[in-house]
Amino acid sequence: MSTIFGIPAPALYGQILIGLINGSFYALLSLGLAVIFGLLRVINFAHGAQYMLGAFAAYGLLNYAGIGYWPSLVLAPLIVGAVAIIIERTMLSRLYGLDPLYGLLLTFGLALIFEGVFRYWFGTSGKPYAPPPQLTGAFNLGFMFLPIYRGWVVVASLVICLGTWLLIEKTRLGAYLRAATENATLVQAFGVNVPRLLTLTYGLGAALAALAGVLAAPIYQVSPLMGTNLIIIVFAVVVVGGMGSILGAIVTGYVLGILEGLTKVFYPEASSIVIFVVMALVLLVRPAGLFGREA
Amino acid sequence: MTVQSQPLQKQEGIQIPIKALAALALVGLLAAPFAVYPVLLMSVLCFALFACAFNLLIGYVGLLSFGHATFFGGAAYFTAHAVKVWGWDPLAGILLGALGAAALGLVVGFLAIRRQGIYFAMITLALGQMFAFICLQVPFTHGEDGIQGVPRGRLLGLIDLNEPLAMYYVTLAIFLFGYFAVWRIVNSPFGNILKAIRENERRAISLGYRVDRYKLGAFVMSAALAGLAGGTKAIVFQFATLTDVQWQMSGEVILMTLLGGIGTLIGPVVGAAFVIALQNYLASSDFPVTVLIGVIFVVCVLVFRRGIAGEVLEFLRQKKNRSLPS
Repeated sequence: MSTIFGIPAPALYGQILIGLINGSFYALLSLGLAVIFGLLRVINFAHGAQYMLGAFAAYGLLNYAGIGYWPSLVLAPLIVGAVAIIIERTMLSRLYGLDPLYGLLLTFGLALIFEGVFRYWFGTSGKPYAPPPQLTGAFNLGFMFLPIYRGWVVVASLVICLGTWLLIEKTRLGAYLRAATENATLVQAFGVNVPRLLTLTYGLGAALAALAGVLAAPIYQVSPLMGTNLIIIVFAVVVVGGMGSILGAIVTGYVLGILEGLTKVFYPEASSIVIFVVMALVLLVRPAGLFGREA
Repeated sequence: MTVQSQPLQKQEGIQIPIKALAALALVGLLAAPFAVYPVLLMSVLCFALFACAFNLLIGYVGLLSFGHATFFGGAAYFTAHAVKVWGWDPLAGILLGALGAAALGLVVGFLAIRRQGIYFAMITLALGQMFAFICLQVPFTHGEDGIQGVPRGRLLGLIDLNEPLAMYYVTLAIFLFGYFAVWRIVNSPFGNILKAIRENERRAISLGYRVDRYKLGAFVMSAALAGLAGGTKAIVFQFATLTDVQWQMSGEVILMTLLGGIGTLIGPVVGAAFVIALQNYLASSDFPVTVLIGVIFVVCVLVFRRGIAGEVLEFLRQKKNRSLPS
């Protein structure tokens, strides 16, 4: 058996793959956080809960309505996005102009409510969600076996990240969004409906989180706690990357995911804290974050 | 929290008979264990002190720490270990807890004050989570089991703390000491500079204050006081577990302070009493406490940002203004 730095090669590749998968979710979630923060100046603590809701929406659609994975990829984000739009209209929009910390506290409260309700209904144990039959099985890459579903998640998340980036950088809607991020009052004066833009952005961010949740459902089990633990890591990712750049958020997500996977191989005890250590180091060297602009 | 838009901390001009009220509260606290279950009271006192320590940061410097469980729970571990394994005097153990928390506060604060506002909250949350992971893995905390069966012992070799009343009065003394410390800090020249930083950080810098040092100083003091609360809790309940270091605990102390009234001295105490009483009341039912805590959060943020004490003070101020001929 071949070894690299004294580690059996399959174990190394396996952990890099897991890192890449985790990194995909870090990237997807920090992307959504960055988009929401950019325009609304709100750190969406409920992002993890919305990711969990996405997974549960897929689980519910399958088990109560018999709707499978592929339609869920579209339906679950729509459902969660709609819930998010209601939240933005009824609650979040009242807090614009106040200290942004209130937005964080509100969404924290919402996260607790969602988590608590689902824990009350479903308990803390995870529910299994089978991958669709088209994506079961594994490729033989020659040096390792790649479960098809995992490959699909990496590809899909890359496509989604790229798509979101294109939407923001290359379309008219994205141009409005970026302009409103720079100067909302001026954009409104040009006749753009900024409040609606804010609502749409929050809905879009939440839908992205829900999409990540559906992708995650067959890999991790569907559980009420899946979101909150993840969101804290994603916060660290966001601090490392800085929220100034969409691309920065994506790249940081993948890199830290892979780094975490590698740590699991070389020094497993530290794997759960390595991202936080990186965050501390980045704060020492470049407080604004790797891709951040000084606020 | 920097709330320039709504002046919630301006208590000047309200003539409440502070001294009479304080004396009344003290008598009430001294007599309370004869009316209410002492362990519940001690729990309230520990969390009230914890919330006051947290409020020192958010109410007077405008820094929202989302990782204060680190100092509370960390101190609980230090105290429990010193008392149980090393056989220290409970008071020495509690002091070690507070010192340990101050040291943790120095590290966390040093990193976190490098960013402001919302980032500060995220950094403290992430570092708190890191500390919780460390507590899960290092041997002295005993992982999921925690440190159980911490002996209460005899305070200074004299007072038997296994006596519930003795334990209560010691807890009360520690709480009063911490409360006095917060009051003293807030009403000192140092405290005024903190408030200046809260109101306008750039102006404070331009006036020549080394803002970072003041922030770090306040952070360490807040951590030490949170540690005092955590260490005392470890002696009162005779255990230290992971519950105390996890983010849920940080969330709870935020809720207590928010509900009671950010930036008021009495608010965190009111909030802590309310939340502990509520948890105690709901403990026997199967109603999900998390949901209720979430709902209180949402309601507080949307319609009740001054908190209980803040609303009462505002009511008194308006009443006074109305009675004054203008």
